[in-house]
Amino acid sequence: MLLFIEQLFNGLQLGVMLFLMSAGLTLVFGIMQVINLAHGSFYMIGAFVAATVTLHSGSFLLGMVAGLSVAGIIGMIVEMTILRQLYNRNHLDQVLATFGLIFFFNELTRIIWGRQPLFMDIPSWLDGTVEIFAGIEYPLYRLAIIFVGFIVALFLYLLFSRTRLGMQIRAGATNRDIVAALGVNIKLLYTLVFGLGVMLAALAGVMAGPILAVEVGMGESILILTFVVIIIGGIGSVKGAFAGALLVGMVDTLGRAYLPTILSLLLSSELGETLSAPIASMSIYMMMALILAFKPNGLFPIQSRLDS
Amino acid sequence: MNLMKKITLSLMLVMFGTLSAFGAESVKIGMITTLSTKAGYLGEDIRDGFKLAIAQGDGKLGSIPVELIVEDDGRKPGKGKQIADRFIKRDKVQILTGIVFSNVAMAVIPKVVRSNVFYVSPNAGPSKLAGKGCHENYFNVAWQNDNLHEAVGEYVTEKKFNNVYLIAPNYPAGKDAITGFKRFYKGNIAGEIYTTLGQSDYASELSALKAKKPDAVYFFLPGGMGINFIKQYAQAGLNKKIPLFGPAFSFDERILKAVGDAAVGVINGSQWSSDLDNPANKEFVAAFKKTYGRTPTLYASQGYDGALLIGSALKAVGGDMKKADAFREALKKADFPSVRGNFAFGANNHPVQDIYVREVIKDENGKFTNRIVKKVFTNHIDAYAKECAK
Repeated sequence: MLLFIEQLFNGLQLGVMLFLMSAGLTLVFGIMQVINLAHGSFYMIGAFVAATVTLHSGSFLLGMVAGLSVAGIIGMIVEMTILRQLYNRNHLDQVLATFGLIFFFNELTRIIWGRQPLFMDIPSWLDGTVEIFAGIEYPLYRLAIIFVGFIVALFLYLLFSRTRLGMQIRAGATNRDIVAALGVNIKLLYTLVFGLGVMLAALAGVMAGPILAVEVGMGESILILTFVVIIIGGIGSVKGAFAGALLVGMVDTLGRAYLPTILSLLLSSELGETLSAPIASMSIYMMMALILAFKPNGLFPIQSRLDS
Repeated sequence: MNLMKKITLSLMLVMFGTLSAFGAESVKIGMITTLSTKAGYLGEDIRDGFKLAIAQGDGKLGSIPVELIVEDDGRKPGKGKQIADRFIKRDKVQILTGIVFSNVAMAVIPKVVRSNVFYVSPNAGPSKLAGKGCHENYFNVAWQNDNLHEAVGEYVTEKKFNNVYLIAPNYPAGKDAITGFKRFYKGNIAGEIYTTLGQSDYASELSALKAKKPDAVYFFLPGGMGINFIKQYAQAGLNKKIPLFGPAFSFDERILKAVGDAAVGVINGSQWSSDLDNPANKEFVAAFKKTYGRTPTLYASQGYDGALLIGSALKAVGGDMKKADAFREALKKADFPSVRGNFAFGANNHPVQDIYVREVIKDENGKFTNRIVKKVFTNHIDAYAKECAK
């Protein structure tokens, strides 16, 4: 039982990371109708900049600020120079262009930092484990990630439902031309939204830095899961991204933890062991297929988009 | 004859001229290795070690001028096969080397050695090519996959650990790793888990591991996976409670730089270490540091040994690759100053060598590296050698 609760926390933590990534991606798609495959590159840039600044300054917070701002600025430049040309093109062109950006950023990172993975440590004030319940010791840093994730979710909720900017963004998602005709600077709005999405990805990258290897190509492994999340949640919906991320995090973690035992009980233990690893890694895709079979537009589909 | 024809003809003459000039002088060596993906540094180190040996001979190996052509296989078996085809057909390469991953090796090696091309492996040593699938043109200068794991299995048993938890990725070399460890480990197995290749978060596995209360953990997670695992292991507070063991692949100098203090004190098995005390190794480590500004990894040492081995055989035939039988004989002798000290080939053309366990330390300059603790096996022969009948 204690182990199960601990695994729930693990699932929650993975889910929160995925939420940070997918919130940005789903925003950009929902509002600008752009498929941005290079989203993982901003995750990587955030981690690399933060690791470098942290190493030289000794301050994790400074590293985080630097990682977010550098990634945000690069993101906005990319939006202004490249993505703007793509808004009126079809999705295949967007996929090709942003796929090219992945190669560009990976190679650029390799030129600047080399192939050597960077070192990034947990700040001393977040190091160690805490006892959440009697008998469950959990790493403090992972708890902090969960906390940050919920804060961000709350922030996004308030931003969209309570502010004028949020209202404009929602309106822009529904009909770009009308919003522009009403006098809203839609170009600036798009740049800001893209910057926000990029900074969320960079935040995920910075927080992943102390746990994972900071290395070239780190963005691609999380990008695939992120796409699964936004497809399950309903493309364009932040609420859906939140639900989808937690769902994927839980299913992936619990699948890895309990499938070997369950399969060994059902089948012979040897067969169960060989089957469990591949099935555990497939579990989220099976869940995606199942959800799409009943809700083809995801759990929280965005309504009333112009059919164009 | 019009002008166009004249130009074409003269161009062709020039091209043939340069080509034949090359053919007469230098021997081409084709290197298929992994330079992209997260594991790109493995291939980079093999290539740099190999190139260092060529640079030390002023562009020659064994006094024979060589030309090294390198291509990236991207860790994909299909791509490795294409490159091998191109090297053999277009560049007329007769010596191939460089492959890092066993799955790529399985796709390339059996085919090329049958077409009278020599393959010298600086890394991958899948069990299938060491036993019944061995071939007279396939030489492995590194190890058979199981070897380093066997050494740790032996050491862990000797240190009276009796309840070990095992973790490896779900792919052929992962299975080889666990098989190798178990061959010499005599105690109880607390649990055995195969993870997805390329997995980055191990929270779930660590929680499950903790619940089983093992007295030691053995893991084989090469490259970035290892960095993630070691960091997360320390963050869960486990490195102070349950000792961690692994092969050298999980503790090369590049990984150590990225995990910092989290790995200090960990015991790992290796056929080589930068502090191995022999003249060839001292020279190699110093030259590598001077040329590339970093401490060599075991991969670099294998690339370097591979180059020297090829050099020794080229010297024996005077650079004439038509003397294939003599070249093979010379390779088999392994007459080169290996950075490992003792080195010979067994019946299946895999190394017969000493294997050590090393400990991760922080040296006087604050850098993380490995130090040899003890020699576990002397002149160790892999378990598949006897199945190899030529």
